[in-house]
This record gives sequence, C-alpha cells and structure tokens, in this order.
Amino acid sequence: MSLPEADSPPACAAAIASGDRAAVANALNLLDDRRPAARREAAALLAHLQQHQDKPGGQLIGITGPPGAGKSTLSASLIRVWRRRGLRVAVLAVDPSSPISGGALLGDRLRMQTSAVDDGVFVRSLSNRGQFGGLSAEVWPMSIVMLAGFDMVLIETVGVGQREVDVARLCDTTCYVAQPGSGDSVQFLKAGILEVPHILVVNKSDMGAVATRTLSELESALHRTHPDGHWQVPVLATSAANGTGIEALADALEQHYRLLQSRNELVSRRRSYQSYWLHKRLLEEFGTAGVDRLGGEEQLLAELQAQDMNLFTQYETLRRRLDQRPINTRE
Amino acid sequence: MSQETVKRDRPWLMRTYSGHSSASASNELYRTNLSRGQTGLSVAFDLPTQTGYDSDHPLAHGEVGKVGVPINHIGDMETLFEQIPLAQMNTSMTINATAPWLLALYVAVAERQGVDPSQLQGTTQNDVLKEYLSRGTYIFPPEPSVRLTTDLIAYTVQHIPKWNPTNICSYHLQEAGATPTQELAYALSTAMAILDAVQASGQIPPERFADVVGRISFFVNAGIRFVEETCKLRAFSRLWDTLTGERYGVTDPKQRRFRYGVQVNSLGLTESQPENNVQRIVLEMLSVTLSKNARARAIQLPAWNEALGLPRPWDQQWALRMQQVLALETDLLEYGDLLDGSPVVEAKVQELMDGAKAEMARVEAHGGMVACVDNGYIKRELVQSHTRRLRNIESGELKIVGVNCFQESAESPLTAGEESGIMKVDERAEREQIASLRAFRAARDKDRVEAALRQLRDAASGGDNIMPASIECARAGVTTGEWSEVLRTVFGEYRAPTGIDIAPVAPGDAAALEAVRARVRKTGEALGRPLRLLIGKPGLDGHSNGAEQIAVKGRDAGFEIVYEGIRLTPAQIARAAQEEGVHLIGLSVLSGSHLELVQEISRELQQIGASDIPLVIGGIIPEEDAQRLQAQGLKAVFTPKDVDMNTIMNSMVTIIREANGLEPAG
Ligand code: B12
Ligand SMILES: Nc1nc2c(ncn2[C@@H]2O[C@H](COP(=O)(O)OP(=O)(O)OP(=O)(O)O)[C@@H](O)[C@H]2O)c(=O)[nH]1
Ligand SMILES: [Mg+2]
Repeated sequence: MSLPEADSPPACAAAIASGDRAAVANALNLLDDRRPAARREAAALLAHLQQHQDKPGGQLIGITGPPGAGKSTLSASLIRVWRRRGLRVAVLAVDPSSPISGGALLGDRLRMQTSAVDDGVFVRSLSNRGQFGGLSAEVWPMSIVMLAGFDMVLIETVGVGQREVDVARLCDTTCYVAQPGSGDSVQFLKAGILEVPHILVVNKSDMGAVATRTLSELESALHRTHPDGHWQVPVLATSAANGTGIEALADALEQHYRLLQSRNELVSRRRSYQSYWLHKRLLEEFGTAGVDRLGGEEQLLAELQAQDMNLFTQYETLRRRLDQRPINTRE
Repeated sequence: MSQETVKRDRPWLMRTYSGHSSASASNELYRTNLSRGQTGLSVAFDLPTQTGYDSDHPLAHGEVGKVGVPINHIGDMETLFEQIPLAQMNTSMTINATAPWLLALYVAVAERQGVDPSQLQGTTQNDVLKEYLSRGTYIFPPEPSVRLTTDLIAYTVQHIPKWNPTNICSYHLQEAGATPTQELAYALSTAMAILDAVQASGQIPPERFADVVGRISFFVNAGIRFVEETCKLRAFSRLWDTLTGERYGVTDPKQRRFRYGVQVNSLGLTESQPENNVQRIVLEMLSVTLSKNARARAIQLPAWNEALGLPRPWDQQWALRMQQVLALETDLLEYGDLLDGSPVVEAKVQELMDGAKAEMARVEAHGGMVACVDNGYIKRELVQSHTRRLRNIESGELKIVGVNCFQESAESPLTAGEESGIMKVDERAEREQIASLRAFRAARDKDRVEAALRQLRDAASGGDNIMPASIECARAGVTTGEWSEVLRTVFGEYRAPTGIDIAPVAPGDAAALEAVRARVRKTGEALGRPLRLLIGKPGLDGHSNGAEQIAVKGRDAGFEIVYEGIRLTPAQIARAAQEEGVHLIGLSVLSGSHLELVQEISRELQQIGASDIPLVIGGIIPEEDAQRLQAQGLKAVFTPKDVDMNTIMNSMVTIIREANGLEPAG
C-alpha cells in the first residue's frame, strides 16, 4: 500500500490525533502491512505520531484471562460506562489463528457490540499470528495509533504464557479476568506463572457460590502489593451479564491511571516498554541476523533505553540502516 | 375387498403457509385457498411484525409485506380475518418473539366478531429457543423470552383451552443442518426446558399440569431419506411418551400423545432443475404419513420453486394437490400401521432413540437447553453438521440429482414464463401500509393507549402474566412496535452466538482446498497482510446458513473472517468493514430485500470514505436483480446454484486481486 501525497505521514498523524476514523483505519492497515515500502511508511508515521504524543493523554489497558471468562462481554460493559463518562474508546481484540490454514475467525467483535452506531467506539480485531509465542509485533504500534486518537485503549487477549507477559509489557494497566470455579488462575498466581496484574476480576459473579469461592481463593493467594510498588491490587467481582460491578472496575482502572500520573511514571514506563517492542519488531522484520548487525540484543536494548531521542525516530533510523542491505528472513 | 365398505381414517389438516403484501391482499388469498379445499389457515407474517417493528420503522424499510403479511394493530388483524368466522377456523400463526402480542390481537378480533375467546382453535408457534439456533426472529435474551413463552402457555391453558400454545420446532433445526438425532434431542430438550419453566412459574396448579403437557405440540421436518425420517417420527412418539410419563407423571395416554405438524424439508430443494423438487416433496410427505401410529396432524408443503423465490398461488395449489392425491386417491388411510413389527424399522428407531438420549444428556451436562443456547454449544453442533453435509455434497458422497450429478438438462418450460416462475410482491404495499398505519395512529384514543402501555410495562417488570395487559393493549389500539418497544426497554435485546467457531471438518476435495489456500496466502503476501473478509447479514433477514458456511469455509481457506451474526444495519456493516480493514465485504441476503440493502450499504460506505472496499452478495437473488446489482458496481452475485464453495472462494480472491491492481488470475 502506498499512501497518496495528501496522506503524507504528518497529515496522517494529524488526522489520527483528531480522531478521524478513516485515518485510524488506514493507519492500522499500514501497520499490519509487511511489505518493505509499507514498513518504511509506517516507521515515518509512528515518528510523527510520537510528536503528537508528548502529552500522554489516553490510558492503555490490557485485559487477559482464560478463554471464555467473559473478557469481551466485560469490555462491552466497560465501553458503555466509559461512553457515559464521555470517553472515546478503541479496542484491539487479539484472537488466535488457525495453525493449518492461517485463517481465523475474529469472534470478539460480536460480543463487544454496543448496538448503536457510535463514532466514539472503534474496534479492530487482529489474529495473533503468534511469532515467538507471544503477541504479534503489530499490536504495539497499533496501540500507539489508537492512543493517539482515543481516550481509552483496550487490548483483549487470551492470557497464557508469553502472550500474557507481553500484555503486561505493553499496557499502563493490566487486568486479569478469572473464570469462577476454575482453579487455574489461583494456581498460576501461586506458581508465579501469572504476572501479577494491577486488577484482578472474577467475572460472572451472577453464578453465585462458585464465584464467591474463587474470589476468596484469589484474595488469599495474592500478595496485595503489586511488584511495581505503591499499588494495592484490588480483587473485584463483576457480572458482565447483569452489569454489576462495572462502575467499580472502571473506577479502579482510573485510580491506577491517576497513580501512574501522579508519580510521573506513565511516560517512563511506556518508554521502557517501547524499547522491548522496538526490539521485537526489528527481530520480526529482520531476524536475529539483523539484530546482530545492530550489535546484538543486549547492546541494542541498552542503547534504546539510554538515548533521549524520540524512540520512533530512532526506530526509523535503525530500520534505514538495515534496509540499505535488507536481510529478509521472510522469503 | 369392496370399496364401499372400507373405513378410511380422516385425513390430516392441509395447510398452505401464506401471507403477503397487506392484510386485505392476504385475506383474499385465504378465502380463495379455503374455497379450494384447504382446511386450515397458516399465517406467514412479514419480518418487521415478527421482530417487533412497525411498518414505518427504519429497520422495516424494504421488508414490509415481503415474506408475509404486515400486522401493526387490531385494524390489520381484523382485515386479515374479514368474513372468516374465527369460531370455526383453525389458525396456525408462525410467530415467536411477538407471539403473545399476535395472540392478543387475535383474541381482540374474536371479541369484535362476537366470538368467546374460549372457543378459539389454533396454534401459536411460540418457540423462541429455536429462533436463536436457526430461525432468527428473537428479540430479547433467552430468559425473558422463556418467560413470555410460559406466560402464553399458562394463559391459554386456563382461558383458551383448545389453543395449541406452543409448537416446539425441530423443523428449523433440520433446515439449519441438524441430523435426525440432533433434531430429536434438541426438540425434546426444548420441550423439557419449557415445561420445567411453566412448572417453576407456579402459574398452573400441580393437578392441572397434565393439561399443559397435553397441549404441547411439535412442528417437525421430514427430509429426503424418508425411511430414516419415518423412523425418526416413531422415535419421537416413543421418547415423548416416556418423557411425559416419567418426568411429568402424566398418566392419561392421550395427554402423552406426540401431536405434530409438518413442513417437509426445504433445504434440499434446489434451484437447478427445480422440477425435481416435486418428487422430493412427495417422497418426504410419505415419511410423516406412512405410520398410522405416528402420523402428522397437519401438513404444509413447500412449492417446486422454493429455491427460486416466493411461490405464486398456482405453485401453492400444486403443493396442496400433492396432499390431496395422497390422502384421497391412494389407499394409505385404509390400513392400520404398516410398519409395526418390522425388525428393520424397530432397530433404526432404537438407534435413533439411543443417539437422542445421549445427546440430551450432553445438553444437560452443558447446563441445559437455555444455557446451551447462550453458550453456543448447540449452535456450533448445528453449524458443524451443516458443514459436513456441504462437504459431502462437494465430494459427491451425498448425491443431489441435477446438482452434483445429472446436471445436463433440457430447457425448463416452468421457469420460462414472464414472471420467471416466482411471485412478485407489489412494490406499493409498503407505502400503502405506512399510510394506513399513520391514519390508524392518528385516530385512536391516546389516553387509553398510554394507560394500556403502562399496564404492560408493569406486568413485564413486575412478573404478572403478560397476556391480560397485552389483550388490553390490542383493544386500545397499541401497535406492534409500541408493544415490543416497552418489552425491549424492560428486558433488553440480545445477539445470539454464531456457532462458526468449530473445528475444521475434513475437506470434500482436499486438492481443491489446498489450491485455494495457496492463492489466498500468495495474495495476502502480495498485499502485505493476510486477506480479510467481512461477512455481513444486513436487515431483518435471519437466514444465516449461507453466511455461516461461507465463514467456516473462508477460515479454512485461510481468510481472516469477521462475522457478527444476523440483523445488522447497513451503517453497522459499513463501519465494521472500515474498522476491521477488510479486503472484501460479502453480503448474504435471502429475504428478498437485497436491492434496498445494497443501495444503503453503498451509500454508507461512501459517507465514511470506504467505498473502495469491493462488495459481493449471495443469496436468493433473481437473475434480473443480479444484473441490476452488477450494473451498480457489485463485483459478483452468488445464488444456491453456486454449490462449489472452492469456486466461490477462488472468485473472491480474484475480485480482491483485481481491486488491488494485481494480475487477476495470479
Ligand atoms: C433453510 C431455509 C430457512 C431456514 C433458515 C435457517 C438458517 N439459520 O439459515 C428457516 C427454516 C429458519 C427459514 C425461515 C424462513 N424463511 Co427460509 N429458506 C430456507 C431455504 C430452504 C434454504 C436456504 C439455505 O440455507 N440454503 C443453504 C445455504 C448454504 O445456501 P445459500 O444461503 O443460498 O448460500 C449459497 C449461495 O446463495 C451463496 N451465498 C449465500 N450467502 C453468501 C454470502 C457470501 C459472502 C457469498 C460469497 C456467497 C453466499 O453461497 C452459498 C453456497 O451455495 C430457502 C429456499 C432454498 N431452498 O434456497 C428458504 C427461503 C430463503 N426462505 C424464505 C422465507 C420467506 C423464510 C421466512 C421469512 C418465512 C416467514 N415468513 O417467516 C422464515 C423466516 C426467516 C428469517 N428470520 O428471516 C424464502 C425467501 C423468499 C424471497 N427471498 O423472496 C425462501 C427463498 C423460500 C421460499 N421460496 O419462500 N428458512
Ligand atoms: N453468567 C455469565 N456469563 C457471562 C458473563 N460474561 C460473559 N458471559 C458468557 O461467557 C461466554 C464467553 O464470553 P466472552 O465475552 O466471549 O468471553 P471471552 O473471555 O472474551 O472469550 P474468548 O475471547 O473466546 O476467550 C459467553 O457465553 C457470555 O455470554 C457474566 O458476567 N455472567
Ligand atoms: Mg473474547
């Protein structure tokens, strides 16, 4: 895909920042595009977006949890609450793809639907093409685009293993949705397999006793203070079906955001995550050989974290260095 | 044997499912049909009436009077039955989510005709669970829907004792792909769920509960494998007899009788060589008439042109004559049960009963019928069965004459006529209906309407039986849309699971699938990202089979699929396409309103700056309309004749390639 002149990166970035839905959609398509020319354009666009991003406006929230816990339904309920509070919402719903055909059914959208046509809600589904077991490398730049155009950005993904770690390394706030009656969540927490989320939710509280039991098990399995420090992890009960507990969840999410803001951590955290993703994206694009040419993983990460310059500009520069003699591992 | 002395059984009730354009046009049709020997009425309502919208609601646009009659208020209902004395009539109404409302209107019209409601005879389909699984005209979430169903049952058992308050339907399940075993299991599980709910509602004293059980009737399907279908009906009778005896303690065998009506299979009726449908229909009719001990009470047959579009009066007459020939000319009704004691039949019946019991147990294990609707278990099973059926047609294992064998044909005189062999709905119907609705609204007593609606809201939120308040609404001149809107506000609305998230089914033609996959992959690489397809079901049309099967096939061919189920607005579809960045939009429309819907979607796409996304459509699209659509820029039109799914996938890849400046054949 090649952007026409009028849609130059600066113009695009401005349109996205103004919440133009077509511009957001086109940018997401571009960021998904693996052709070298598109990669170049994407890098340029990101560099420009970053300039619009000096003031970190939106909150990036990750929702993970086992399959069928009600993540999408809960997201729909949250969207309704946020809309009532006047916030504009974008969602990135990550679904697994079929290992055989590469095809995928992107099913989360169905549950997220909030009936009416609403300019303040934007949902993009993404099939997780699952490189390296974690989240697709596209998730990160896409979340940047969404953050530029919306107040709340929600990333839904089935949380297991590396994918769940990836979400934690991407979002300002992570929220884990547990399924009542399944001991898995408790086991994972105890065994340290589960990164400690900022908020733990037991959904389907309308199921009664099973839900209450899971709630108390999680409460006792959890060290309440988050490893980030300064944050007491709340364990909340919700019912997406009946709409109970949703306001409280929205409040908790907001409190965590306030904390990050008041401690001036938002920008620094995002920056440290971004170097992780920059590396991931370069790795995905140019392979280990490419990363080695930039001095190897360790040196690259250290460099990215140390420098003061706009990470995306830096990304563009690094890409250009490698692009001059492309090593394409994807042939 | 001397002919005169032979005692024949009374034939079953012969019906023709019909209704179109307006109440007065349908009334005329009914009176003609009755004069031709039809013995009962079967009313088809249009989709806005079935989904609770007045004819002037934006969502009704293009649908008014199309697949049935629009009924907005008591005036329409009165016109529908003009000169048809309700005291003598047996009326079957195919109505579900709005069943309490249409029954209320029927009662109010009876009152005006001076007929005591307790004399009324007939049926409301009133089985909402299968709407989520197949038929698609649900409105509210499952729980309040079940409550409305049980309210209607409890009311009629007490006040309209000869009414069949619910017709538990397995017909629609087979039409959505169900096997005989699944048909048995899900219908019986539904009946159980409904009876349990009536019991739990406490509206019927325990000593009268057997009367409720005795009023439950069924609406089943009969497919082309007519021996197995015969056995299925025998299995139904036996399982129902046991269930009602054991679970509900019904002792009177008459109240345990499996009473059922039939519409024979329509899914297997073809667009190619449509004359073959006549022999299919006749054979299918045998399976519900052969066994005297499990014979249908009422039969309605589709017409030879089922897959082409709506039938004309002559087409329906032909179908009615099939029944009359079987009942009156043949000697079928002179004998006792022909199959009793046949070991072959007995073994098959046993096998079906065992299968059904096992599946019913699985439904219980997944939380029971209502939970299985919401968690998607049953819908997935149905989609999977249908996928298997289509793969077997693809591979030739399942033979369909004229479709995957003996395709050569002389030209058919049946489709050569000026109307190309189908009913054309009067384009003025919608406008006239809206005008008369507005006049009706203007003339009624507003205070009485307001009071009746308040009473309805209180009953809905308070838990009183919904019928008395609904009947008062009918008398007061409330409209279908107003009645439904009150309940929408109290109960909320619902979207059912799509069931497409099934495991891959072995391909019918593995090499062909591999070839498509390779093309999908290659084209995705050339465009920088995997190919994405949005499958959209716009409007009130609930026919989801085609959309589901294209979705499953598309996934297996390597597409990323966005499909959000039925009944979306053109604006929702256009926006979803843009948000999801799809390469192609594939619409599926079978209800006949394709022209209006395509136009609206194109307009929406234009408005949001996404008109570069190419559009294709599939469904029941007459040739003439197909040409019109393609002239308007639609890239392809698929109809039931296009049975080869691999070919459909390939065409879509080609269209995407063309739209993106790639070599089309690549
Ligand atoms: C099965 C069926 C039903 C089932 C639907 C189950 C379900 N969940 O889908 C049930 C029993 C519920 C049903 C109900 C009704 N039906 Co019906 N039904 C049919 C029937 C017999 C077959 C349709 C079907 O599923 N075929 C199998 C699928 C796989 O084929 P398909 O959809 O045609 O898809 C193929 C192609 O068209 C194409 N395609 C389709 N969509 C798409 C999309 C894309 C992107 C692509 C690429 C291709 C594509 O590819 C497919 C592969 O071959 C047709 C008649 C017939 N034989 O075609 C009537 C028919 C469609 N029904 C009809 C009617 C009127 C109704 C009702 C409205 C009746 C009423 N008044 O209440 C109801 C209500 C439904 C509703 N809510 O809208 C009419 C429509 C009349 C018209 N267009 O003028 C028909 C034509 C019958 C008739 N002659 O009267 N029906
Ligand atoms: N009883 C109850 N059911 C719920 C609730 N929330 C969601 N569900 C149901 O749980 C099922 C799964 O819901 P989803 O929202 O699709 O769950 P998910 O976690 O997004 O699922 P995946 O994306 O497939 O992993 C659906 O049948 C929902 O109706 C709830 O609060 N109570
Ligand atoms: Mg989900």
